[in-house]
Amino acid sequence: MPVPATHVLVFSLLLFSIGMLGVLTRRNAIIILMSIELMMNAANINFIAFSRQLNNLVGQVFSVFTIAVAAGEVAVGLAVVLALFRNRDTIYVDQVHIMKG
Amino acid sequence: MTASAAIFYVLASIAVLSGFMVIGSRNAIHSAIYLVLTFLSVAGIYVLLEAEFVAAVQVLVYAGGIMVLFLFVIMLVNLEDSLEDRIRLHATISGVIGLAVVGLILYVYSTGRLVAVTTPSTLCQGGNLQAVGTSLFRDYLLPFEVASILLLVAMIGAIVLARQKS
Repeated sequence: MPVPATHVLVFSLLLFSIGMLGVLTRRNAIIILMSIELMMNAANINFIAFSRQLNNLVGQVFSVFTIAVAAGEVAVGLAVVLALFRNRDTIYVDQVHIMKG
Repeated sequence: MTASAAIFYVLASIAVLSGFMVIGSRNAIHSAIYLVLTFLSVAGIYVLLEAEFVAAVQVLVYAGGIMVLFLFVIMLVNLEDSLEDRIRLHATISGVIGLAVVGLILYVYSTGRLVAVTTPSTLCQGGNLQAVGTSLFRDYLLPFEVASILLLVAMIGAIVLARQKS
């Protein structure tokens, strides 16, 4: 057991926190989508780490599904960003508050 | 500390640092490039954790497809001011580094020192690709098909959302 699973989990926690920081602090919608990708990667690392720790292949299979969902999410998200830019001439999320209550 | 543990800590440091650069860069293109670096480091960590198939999918889907999508949209909604004054210096530095990397790879390839550093028993037989494939297509066939339908719906949705209104 070369790398302890705890260290892998701490690394995934760091990556998830970076992604959450990006979602909460950045205004650019594209950077927010990139931060969401970072968080999904962190979740994937957790799947892989537990898959090796428990000697069970299901974690790897599930992370393939996660990657497929992430690809679809990015495609739709970037299409939303494009439609936003076309209608509003901005991709900064704080300038789009028409649905704000 | 064993070699694989050392490689893990180096890759994890690279991934965390470039993750900070993703959310810290002012230019969106720099963020995208640092995101590629993060994805490649995570792919290396997948190989260390004996998940070779997921590492290959990570490089193909994330570092290949998703990043091209990001870069296209960044180019389409280019809000940053131009980088004309710095592009010559950047091009020179990138060219020198790229040529150095190509030379290094050619040198290592010509000397025949390109040997596997991991245990040959698993990697030479294709890693765990067969086991993951068997599990995917025998136990998880229905979720696999549902994922394909999800991708189809996402594709149609993206086309409808991004279509130019005529």
